[in-house]
Amino acid sequence: MNNPVYITSDNIITSLGFSTRENISSLENHVIGIKPVEGPDLSPSGAILSKIDPVNLEMRFSALSDQYKKKEASTAYTRLEKMFLISIGDVLSKTDISPSNPRTLFVISTTKGNIELLEDRYKASFPHRRIYLWELARVIGDFFHFSNRPVVISNACISGLVAILTAARFIQSGRFDHAIVAGGDVVSEFVISGFQSFQSLGPVPCKPFDHHRAGLSLGEGCGAMALTSALSKTIGNPVRFAGGSVTNDANHISGPSRTGEELSLAINRALTMASLSPGDIGYISAHGTATLYNDEMESKALGLSHLSHVPVNSFKGYWGHTLGAAGMIESIVAIHSLRSGQLFQSAGFEEPGVPVPLNVLTRHETHSIHGCLKTASGFGGCNAAIVYQKL
Amino acid sequence: MGLIVTSYCHIFEKKVVVNDRLTFFQENFLNFADFIKSVYKKEEINYPRFYKMDSLSKLGFISSALVINEKPIAGYCSDAVGVVMSNSSSSLDTDIIHNDTIKDRAHYFPSPSVFVYTLPNIMIGEICIKNKIKGENVFLISENFDEKLLFGYTRELIEKAGMETILCGWVEVMGDRYEALTMLVEKEHTEGMGITGSFTPFPFTEENLKQLIKRNRPDLLWKN
Repeated sequence: MNNPVYITSDNIITSLGFSTRENISSLENHVIGIKPVEGPDLSPSGAILSKIDPVNLEMRFSALSDQYKKKEASTAYTRLEKMFLISIGDVLSKTDISPSNPRTLFVISTTKGNIELLEDRYKASFPHRRIYLWELARVIGDFFHFSNRPVVISNACISGLVAILTAARFIQSGRFDHAIVAGGDVVSEFVISGFQSFQSLGPVPCKPFDHHRAGLSLGEGCGAMALTSALSKTIGNPVRFAGGSVTNDANHISGPSRTGEELSLAINRALTMASLSPGDIGYISAHGTATLYNDEMESKALGLSHLSHVPVNSFKGYWGHTLGAAGMIESIVAIHSLRSGQLFQSAGFEEPGVPVPLNVLTRHETHSIHGCLKTASGFGGCNAAIVYQKL
Repeated sequence: MGLIVTSYCHIFEKKVVVNDRLTFFQENFLNFADFIKSVYKKEEINYPRFYKMDSLSKLGFISSALVINEKPIAGYCSDAVGVVMSNSSSSLDTDIIHNDTIKDRAHYFPSPSVFVYTLPNIMIGEICIKNKIKGENVFLISENFDEKLLFGYTRELIEKAGMETILCGWVEVMGDRYEALTMLVEKEHTEGMGITGSFTPFPFTEENLKQLIKRNRPDLLWKN
């Protein structure tokens, strides 16, 4: 028998805002955070990105430092660390789950962490060890006095979902009672140059599932959520983690499955673990990167799992692909949608362009839903699916 | 439910140990690239993709191949086999190579064949492609070999995620420093076919994992 897992407080940081509420409000107003970014630091050929506002980041960080009575200068932390700290600080301020409780697990997901520290301009500012993901996690854990050593997950673009799944499983089995889970990544020249070399960056804000989609847009993001087995600690309409699964295509390290069978398998397993059927899913938050092959594969997978008629969107058209944060922040909006019934337009989508027709949201809509599905897929052939359910 | 380690491979300091047997050792290797290529040739693993892999994937690929050679997983459904891998440096060894290609704007040549390896779980992808593994997969980062985390995670996947067997371990490469300890974890009494050779499976526990990483150093050489 599994212990229940409920989602309580959460936080999203993107170009659209520094809290879940600010991000939801920007989504309601159709704000697109992906913009051309000038300046020599990121790319010789320029780039369009969803960047987090640096001035606001400093203001929020300064407020957090005051709240926690920290004396370190703002320069003692990297940009990504500040994002994680603000995000987790916001989550902790809205729950009485204590980081110092030995029954509270701490999970962090990121793909590249502080990889910017390889750049010469940062080398003098931080010790070399800060580039290691476990050190990044330790710095964040120490700030809040977590009693458990952080579990650090780096699993490409499904990292955020794997982090949530990891925490949920450890709570289900009774090995922990609560968890704070956070995922984040910044956009650096390292990442931009790599995706450019793959020719997978689009020339305009990305258009998931659209006929004219031409590649992804990168974005910075961070998100955090608190999970608990105690119903009494939930806030608002209780939402539970109902089930989840990870699979591998075993096909190609940088291209998705040709058939979508393995993502479909992850979805089917997540539904089975949730004791739900496809008919119980009222909304899907897809990965939708707007690369040709990813979106094709996802449409096939949703078709195979008998879910192609369900309202679906991708948030990548608003805040880009936020890598290690994507599964986290997109889950948080999906959970908001589950609670409120508010489904958001899939930005960038105009003309159907995937082999299996999907019910892509072309405007904001209100539906009464009881279960929703979040999926992600990534390099290395990995796929993840999580089902959330309203009580 | 009892879990047991039915096969393992430990690669470190110019040595390869498989199920307590020293199968490879050459004193004169200066670098990781030469060492791992020699292991690949000696073991007659015919898999040309090997040459395209980065160091981390090569090490994870070889150590997994040697585990599975001893204890085949072909009897399992591909989606009931999972992979749990961990290390300290993530993909930093290859990150540095990618970073060197973009340092100088006058010589800017980022390459997709390097960049794709700047994620640690690409190594898991390589192992899955070779061995047709389609189940749960995760890459965990910890400062040092963390037997508690490896044990706990692997147990969750078998108890809670429907996995029948897990290939798990630690695969770390940074320059010419390397160590891999990979193993196959199966359910007691349901493990597939008989074990080859004289290796006796042992219980998969935190304590045994802690002992295993010490088991082959430093005195094993003398026994052989």
